[in-house]
Amino acid sequence: MSAPKVTPGAADRGLLPHPREPRPGKPAPEAVAAARRSPLALVLDRPTLFVVLVLALIAVIVPLLNLAVPEHSALHVRTYTVGLLGKYASYALLALAVDLIWGYCGILTLGHAAFFALGGYAMGMYLMREIGARGVYGNPLLPDFMVFLNWKALPWYWRGLDHFWLAAVLVLAAPAMLALVFGWLAFRSRVTGVYLSIMTQALTYALMLAFFRNETGFGGNNGFTGFKDILGFDLQASRTRVALFAVTVVVLALGYLACRFVVTSRTGRVIQAVRDAESRARFIGYRVESYKLWAFVFSAVLAGIAGALYVPQVGIINPSEFSPINSIEIVIWVAIGGRGTLYGALAGALLVNYAQTYFTQALPEIWLYALGGLFIGATLFLPGGLAGLIARRPIAGSRAASG
Amino acid sequence: MQLRSAGYAQKAQIVASIAQLDPPGARTFLAQLLAENVYSREPDGKVFVAQQLADGYALTDPLTGKPAGIASEDDFNNDYDPVGVNDQLRAVLQEVLAQFDLSSPDASVRLEAVRTLLQSFTGASNDAAAAAATNLLRARLTVERDRAVRRALRTGLALAALGGGSAQQRLAAIRQLGSSLNPDVYNRLVALTKPGAESDPRVRTAAAHAIRDIDAWRQFYGAIQTLVFGLGLGAVLALAAVGLAITFGVMGVINMAHGELIMLGAYTAYVMQLLMPSHIGASVLLAVPAAFLVSGLAGVLIERCIVRFLYGRPLETLLATFGLSLILQQLARDVFSPENRPVSAPPWMMGSLEINGALSITYNRLVVLVFTLLVFAALLLVMKRTRFGLQVRAVSHNRAMSRAMGVRTAWVDALAFGLGSGIAGMAGVALSQLTNVGPDLGQSYIVDSFMVVVFGGVGNLWGTLIGGMLIGAVHMILEPYAGAVLGKVLVLVGVILFIQRRPRGLFPQRGRAAEV
Amino acid sequence: MKPPPRKLRSLAAKLSGRSRSAQPPRIGALATGAPLSSGPDTSHGVILYLEEITVSFDGFKALDALTLYIETGELRCIIGPNGAGKTTMMDVVTGKTRPDHGSAWFGQTIDLLAHTEPEIAQAGIGRKFQKPTVFERHSVFENLELSMVGDRSVWRGLIARLSAAERERIEEVLEAIGLAERRFAPAGALSHGEKQWLEIGMLLMQNPRLLLVDEPVAGMTPQETERTAELLTALAGHHSIVVVEHDMDFVRSIARRLTVLHEGRVLADGPIEQVQADARVIEVYLGE
Repeated sequence: MSAPKVTPGAADRGLLPHPREPRPGKPAPEAVAAARRSPLALVLDRPTLFVVLVLALIAVIVPLLNLAVPEHSALHVRTYTVGLLGKYASYALLALAVDLIWGYCGILTLGHAAFFALGGYAMGMYLMREIGARGVYGNPLLPDFMVFLNWKALPWYWRGLDHFWLAAVLVLAAPAMLALVFGWLAFRSRVTGVYLSIMTQALTYALMLAFFRNETGFGGNNGFTGFKDILGFDLQASRTRVALFAVTVVVLALGYLACRFVVTSRTGRVIQAVRDAESRARFIGYRVESYKLWAFVFSAVLAGIAGALYVPQVGIINPSEFSPINSIEIVIWVAIGGRGTLYGALAGALLVNYAQTYFTQALPEIWLYALGGLFIGATLFLPGGLAGLIARRPIAGSRAASG
Repeated sequence: MQLRSAGYAQKAQIVASIAQLDPPGARTFLAQLLAENVYSREPDGKVFVAQQLADGYALTDPLTGKPAGIASEDDFNNDYDPVGVNDQLRAVLQEVLAQFDLSSPDASVRLEAVRTLLQSFTGASNDAAAAAATNLLRARLTVERDRAVRRALRTGLALAALGGGSAQQRLAAIRQLGSSLNPDVYNRLVALTKPGAESDPRVRTAAAHAIRDIDAWRQFYGAIQTLVFGLGLGAVLALAAVGLAITFGVMGVINMAHGELIMLGAYTAYVMQLLMPSHIGASVLLAVPAAFLVSGLAGVLIERCIVRFLYGRPLETLLATFGLSLILQQLARDVFSPENRPVSAPPWMMGSLEINGALSITYNRLVVLVFTLLVFAALLLVMKRTRFGLQVRAVSHNRAMSRAMGVRTAWVDALAFGLGSGIAGMAGVALSQLTNVGPDLGQSYIVDSFMVVVFGGVGNLWGTLIGGMLIGAVHMILEPYAGAVLGKVLVLVGVILFIQRRPRGLFPQRGRAAEV
Repeated sequence: MKPPPRKLRSLAAKLSGRSRSAQPPRIGALATGAPLSSGPDTSHGVILYLEEITVSFDGFKALDALTLYIETGELRCIIGPNGAGKTTMMDVVTGKTRPDHGSAWFGQTIDLLAHTEPEIAQAGIGRKFQKPTVFERHSVFENLELSMVGDRSVWRGLIARLSAAERERIEEVLEAIGLAERRFAPAGALSHGEKQWLEIGMLLMQNPRLLLVDEPVAGMTPQETERTAELLTALAGHHSIVVVEHDMDFVRSIARRLTVLHEGRVLADGPIEQVQADARVIEVYLGE
């Protein structure tokens, strides 16, 4: 998204604190210091260190507070809460994915929940196979919903998914394939801006319709549920759930580092250049479509991983995960946190989802009003998100100036 | 009045004798008998026609039709027995009624009567009935003036001829029936081709030929019907999308709350019906301008309070208006109900227009189609002939210049948004006649509306109309093969692929213009 | 001045008659001329040949049998009233517009009409547009780094680091354009003149042999204009530069040879004093 035009009147009215206004004057001290640091140190700048440290602490402390601390103690964290936090963590990873493609590459995607859901369904297929003969109908090979539909054999795309490693591959491959095909078609024909956003929305809408059907073999409108265990560990046991939580948080931290790595690399700089002045980048000779496609696929894979971590913790996946509103909600998390900062995405995801949990329990009738108001408020008054309010943004820490 | 105790065969005889005697109220009475509204009163055996009221039953004398008192619910259940009608009696009644109707002054009634009599030829009913019907038809043919009825009579007689007479006569009859699209005729011909039904091979082959011809015609008309249906569907889509085309074309704004503006219009129709429950037709007609005003005002408000501040940032506008749509949906759930609300269609929109045996168009879709064309025509007029339209076009071509020329762009923006929203409201009224009205109405149409706008070319009204029609038609054509949902998915995928080849749609706009 | 002889054109080019304005640019394999990587062949001292170039848009002739030669290492200024065809001419050279007739050659061997825009850019022709577009949120250093010639692969870019030679090159350009002190400032914070220099710097990073500069000093302060003149003069010799400008003071300060375009043709061409005294030029600029 290039610098948007602003009517003079609007600026006068002071309603548009334009976040993109670069502060004139001396270069940011971080940038000068950055020239001296090694690439690793550049990836691990101060905010990143903070985030990773906090995540590491959470990954260790919360499980302790659940497993090692007795239940009646005030410090004890209930297993239910651990599951909830794990859900938030997977959402945070999803928000990272969207921040990468939107905040850094300028592509507003209104269909990223599709990749999340695809990863989730892949994991779900494995978990369904794991149920084995313990399902309602007791069929060792066919999941319950297939027996219910009178199916006689396992469809070919379900074969082999009782092996975890294959499911893991599918978790990565399914969103990647979809992103590759869609992105290739879209970017090649130079579809940009709102058109592209609408296309992504149509994509996820079409997928939702497809997955609602029983014939596609994904459980129809009920989706998958009733999971028993994962890799042999009982999904209902506290230990498993806590372990899943810890894994999610660790993956989140790794994902964060990966995003930092990309963003501070030359490729990351090109991607941001594409966001700011696409035709200029093309003019210099960069294959803009390739960069966009790479970022899109990478982001889709991250979202897929997030989905795969989400499903065993939540215990269910159904086609409503594909619904357009889910995708748009992710965008709001990133917008509120502050796009283009990565840590903003984390913060936004956490805050909004916490608010949702709170409101839907305390005041369910007004949650949708609050959410809608959040959308409107964030776009009108907080274009830079919370991150824009808090810190003066340094130049995206560059590794260019180092050796 | 021996109806009560009579067995069914006797009832048939009684019916026949009534028919022959032809007392004044005979037809009505027989119709009531068919409708199972005739009851006999226990104590005195008198027969009445009973009609259920809110708290009791109104009794009518069977032959004179005069009111004969009111029975309370209890009395009714205790003392009154229905006079039963079985299938055979029903058939007899229908034929007798048809005979009455043959001489009715109303041509359409006569036509119906002929059709009913035709059915007696296809059933396995006794020959006597068939012979009697044949005589009736023949007799009627000599005096009948109306062309449609004459045709039907000849068809009937030809059908009758199939049952007997010489092979020559049967051949002649088939030739006559060859191009009829009447389903009864079709069935009779099919029956002829079954083994053992027909002795003469020439007649058999002739029947087979006739069947093939009719099949071809049926396919042809079937295709037309699908097409018209698709156009009707497309008209709705186009109507829903044109408001979006205007706002996007003029202001480059994506309004995600557009679906809710449609919903507002639909609810306006609902409220109008609540206000005028006994004048459904008038309520629908009044709902159109009312919805235009309601949604139009809402649109102006949205523009003034939200969109205006996000000028030049289309993606943020998208998000903000999405938030608004959430709020509006929840409002609808709270104010009305999360359930769908019923909106009835006025009598002149019910039923269908039958062009022939294989092609009929429901009136409601036809009306919506005509309505859409009218709205588009009006919109074209506004854009091309009015000062406002001129200003809108100027602003979308070159905002700065228009400002410099003294055009109040702020007002143009607000009013253009209002216009687009108002049309969305009218689309909502149209939708209320075709589908359920609920808080989710907008959501089901927003993605489709975007598809139409993107496909037809943003900001281009003709593109929206033609794009909408095309998408509707394609959807309808795919549906029988792929099912409704898969059809929708295929259409979406098709549009996505089309956009690859032509990224700016069917009719790309030059510059930023709401081109007409 | 008579142009030196050229190598034989390919048969295809002759036969096609150069009616290419409707064709999309060819992608990939070359059909005529030498490989791009070898750069232009300037053995005859001329780096750009434009002959009989004609471009019409809907009946309006933007260029009318324009014929122009740029010598290697030259700094040529092209002036002319609006609508004279200056921008169209540059579009033809860079491959953005295809002429209806005529031929355009880069050096002896590279047929400009047979290549796409990116290919021409890679061959060594750089263009600086009127309105500076730099990457506002990146620093000056990063802008230059992004413009550098080299591997454009997505995957390698993830682990790429600047070599010593590359850093040196960036430093050189920074010095040349005078922005060494501002190297870490976000490009959006630069003044208009500084942005123009940065953009010239970004062009230089691609080692162009021929630079086409479109109105470089529009909107600059007098000091900035002077600096720009110095910059361009310093660049000439090693690079060949064609400058389109309106500002006559600036033109006088840099040009030795001036070309005046009018209604799509060359009106006058020669040393600056001679052109300025040319009666036709005076008539066109001052009217009857």
